[in-house]
Amino acid sequence: MKKVYTRPESLKRVPFHYCPGCGHSIVHRLMAELIDEMKLRDKAIGIPPCGCAVFAYHYFDVDMAEAAHGRGAAVATGMKRAFPEAIVLSYQGDGDLAAIGTAETIHAANRGEKITIIFVNNAVYAMTGGQMAPTTLLAQVTTTTPYGRDVVMEGAPIKISEMLALTKGAVYIERTAVNSPANIRKTKKAIRKAFQTQIDGLGFSLVEILSPCPVNWKMSPLEAWQWIDKEMTKEFPLGVIKDTTGKEDAD
Amino acid sequence: MAKVLMDGNSAIGEAAIRAGCQCYFGYPITPQNELPEYMAAHLSRKKGCTFIQAESEVAAISMVHGASLAGVRTMTSSSSPGISLKQEGISYLAASELAAVIVNMSRGGPALGSIAASQSDYFQSTRGGGHGDYRTIVLGPSSVQELADLTHRAFDLADKYRIPVIILGDGMLGQMKEPVEFKHEVPEELPVRSNALRGAKGRPSRIVKTLVSDPVELEELNWSLFRKYQLIKKEEVTYETFMIEDAKLIVVAFGIAARIAKGAIKRARANGLEVGLLRPITLWPFPSEKVQELAKRTKFFLTFEMNMGQMIEDVQLALEGKGEVFFYGRPGGVIPTPSEVLRVVSRLYYQKGLK
Repeated sequence: MKKVYTRPESLKRVPFHYCPGCGHSIVHRLMAELIDEMKLRDKAIGIPPCGCAVFAYHYFDVDMAEAAHGRGAAVATGMKRAFPEAIVLSYQGDGDLAAIGTAETIHAANRGEKITIIFVNNAVYAMTGGQMAPTTLLAQVTTTTPYGRDVVMEGAPIKISEMLALTKGAVYIERTAVNSPANIRKTKKAIRKAFQTQIDGLGFSLVEILSPCPVNWKMSPLEAWQWIDKEMTKEFPLGVIKDTTGKEDAD
Repeated sequence: MAKVLMDGNSAIGEAAIRAGCQCYFGYPITPQNELPEYMAAHLSRKKGCTFIQAESEVAAISMVHGASLAGVRTMTSSSSPGISLKQEGISYLAASELAAVIVNMSRGGPALGSIAASQSDYFQSTRGGGHGDYRTIVLGPSSVQELADLTHRAFDLADKYRIPVIILGDGMLGQMKEPVEFKHEVPEELPVRSNALRGAKGRPSRIVKTLVSDPVELEELNWSLFRKYQLIKKEEVTYETFMIEDAKLIVVAFGIAARIAKGAIKRARANGLEVGLLRPITLWPFPSEKVQELAKRTKFFLTFEMNMGQMIEDVQLALEGKGEVFFYGRPGGVIPTPSEVLRVVSRLYYQKGLK
């Protein structure tokens, strides 16, 4: 019988610790499938962030080293410059990338560092218990915006991917979501293109992935998927934000 | 090679390149700018080497973190306010047991302070500096020649113990020009670190992490670091003594202050006062045993520092009450003269009835 679905070799036989309905495990699986398909296991180095995804180093069967909170792009820069043959993948959340690590991220993009960032946007600080993130939507209730995010008090959600697209060094930036089979397929395609951009040495690549956090959003997994469609994509529209790679889509 | 005339900051740069440093990451701050400028001119053109002027000190030390993970010799430099910003990364390097060299051409503080030479970062350097229970090796050079020599030693120590090594200089050492001889050539091969991340080709994948959720496991990490620190204390202490054999009063000073003290001691000797100098070269590990040995011969110690009294605590801890420790210091970037220190030395000498 033909095997049509199996665990990627780059994913260890360790159960995910993620909550039911969380998007991290989907994104991990897509990355692991692509590491296998693109034969990157021998040269990939992953950099998990501080936050829920720090335990990514238990799941991927590639070399992994954590960065301090927000410093993923700088650690990735040092690593790639020291060892250019590596494929350096920094995995970061919205607080990590768009608040405490804003400077590191923007300047790595501006220098055109040949690294790939997988940016998981779930509009909340999840591991610390659901505080406001830079990407929290207006009126969204979090533990530190108990009356809803107020534009006067907290400002509006930051569109970091659009900001990064303004830098010359960023050559491929796309926003996707993992809230439906169709969107999951599009996410895989985007990550493939981001990896290929690094392999081709073209510059900085980033895929922003809108990802459900049912526990902190206080929703069922299904409601969380629907909320991404109804609310999040209004603020964070899906699609290619920048592509100056000059390459056709990978598949 | 023959001696060349060079400022201290540039001498560190040349010594680092000759030690096989491949990646330098920095950020401008006075009084250490000649060092990143030297690296921009000389390291960036070398094959396989990288110079980056980072967006911040925090980013620079994180780049050092990344380069060290990839297994190459790497360094950063700054001055006091910038070193405060680097403490996050230094804590990560210490916990991950990664090699790195960090230069602090310290200046007057607290806060923005002044750009003049000061030694007020002794506590920060020798007590770990960042969060958590860790130490770094701290080297205290006192001449441009020693800056070059200790830069080479710093890279070797960092590799040997997989530890961040701090070179604690000051604005005066960094700026002044002296003849210096570079005794090493760029090594053809450097030791390969068994914890380097370079892709899991032909071997199981590796994890370098500092998050240890289980307190018992984290306790074990702390114990393992502690054992390493005990070994360093046993093996790596270095110091210099000057006119110490018959000394009734011993001045303890490090770095540039020790050179000022030497001038004072020479004049005191000319006046018939038996004064000597103990100059710790490793500030951590501190030469405590040497202080204890000297305390068997004299009970009088004068700690002289360009701060409000920081190393004096290590002298007191070493003495365990078996001697009297006096202090003279000038904070804020004021540079005392040898005759000023001579006055303090002479007054103490006569007050204590040593003559």
